[in-house]
Amino acid sequence: MIDVIWLLLFCCGVVTAMLTGHMDRLSGAIIGGAETGVELSIGLISVIAFWLGMMNIAEKAGMVQWIAQKLKPIGKFLYPSVPEDHPAMGAILLNMSANLLGVGNAATPLGLKAMSELQKLNKDRDTASDAMCTLLAVNTASITLLPTTVIAIRMQFGSKDPTAIVGTTIVATAIGTLAAILLDRLFRRLSRRRRSH
Amino acid sequence: MQTIITTLSAWMLPVLVTSILIIGFARRVPIYNTFVDGAKGGFGTAIRLIPHLVAMMVAVSVFRASGAMDYLIAALKPVLHVLHIPPEVAPMGLLRPISGVGSLALMTDIFKGQGPDSWLGQLASTMQAASDTTLYIITVYFGSVGIRNIRYALKVGLLADFISVLASVLAVYWLMGPMPGA
Repeated sequence: MIDVIWLLLFCCGVVTAMLTGHMDRLSGAIIGGAETGVELSIGLISVIAFWLGMMNIAEKAGMVQWIAQKLKPIGKFLYPSVPEDHPAMGAILLNMSANLLGVGNAATPLGLKAMSELQKLNKDRDTASDAMCTLLAVNTASITLLPTTVIAIRMQFGSKDPTAIVGTTIVATAIGTLAAILLDRLFRRLSRRRRSH
Repeated sequence: MQTIITTLSAWMLPVLVTSILIIGFARRVPIYNTFVDGAKGGFGTAIRLIPHLVAMMVAVSVFRASGAMDYLIAALKPVLHVLHIPPEVAPMGLLRPISGVGSLALMTDIFKGQGPDSWLGQLASTMQAASDTTLYIITVYFGSVGIRNIRYALKVGLLADFISVLASVLAVYWLMGPMPGA
């Protein structure tokens, strides 16, 4: 699947450039894209290091376990395959809280921590587990109560009411996340059926 | 209400960080060394992402620079019209799952042209906030642990993005009324 998307993006680009005579743009785009990839990764070092450090303190102080305890019903419902006292559950629920609150870039580092914990539970190290797919579904839909980044940009552009979008965002992300969870369940069931045949 | 939320989003991060430190200290956790110990993993995790992000960003960059993106949007215009997605924000909806920076740039374009408080400005804000960059999240999350077979994750992500875009339009129609002059 990822092969097809990758190839499609490339080939559509090259064919379009060929037909419209913009081949000259592509060399720059290839190198520029590679640079963006490296910049994004390097740029993540700071937030990942910072949040992994904070999370380590929160874990040792028992805060992660406390949050996991409070959110246990949600965790159990969404991730039935993850044992409730496993560190993966704590990281998953922290990642979800960070998404909800829109805490500056904490969601990705915590999500990556959750992935590495889930990988420990994974039987086949090359293939995504059910829980990983659910984590991805929830994160790509990213349920949000406080869209802090967009609010900040709206302020920069002189919005008279930068938080006017909180209501619409809550409605839209609630629908989007619900859809993501249902789609995840549906595809999980379909993939089971295919495997058992 | 508005000032509460604005204040809340400014206070969230500092308050959260401080409370973690204070609670940690109160529970006799050696906070400095514990932080440093945890943060060590940050470099390795970020570096492991480089090959994955380079691969994906090169493809996305070629797709955009060649103009293929613009043709795709033009081709989808009639479909978007049926779904009541205004043509001004359609490129954003398509770009949102592929490139976060790209859709952010389109959002600021709309802010510059129509203002952030216009109907389209609100819709663009909602679309930007309501979904995440699926291709990036999938690349980064699976890349960080070396998963090769991602099963149905991309399908679910892209379908959910499509629903998010529709839900954003719906939410803005519902809470702010129909687009003025349309």
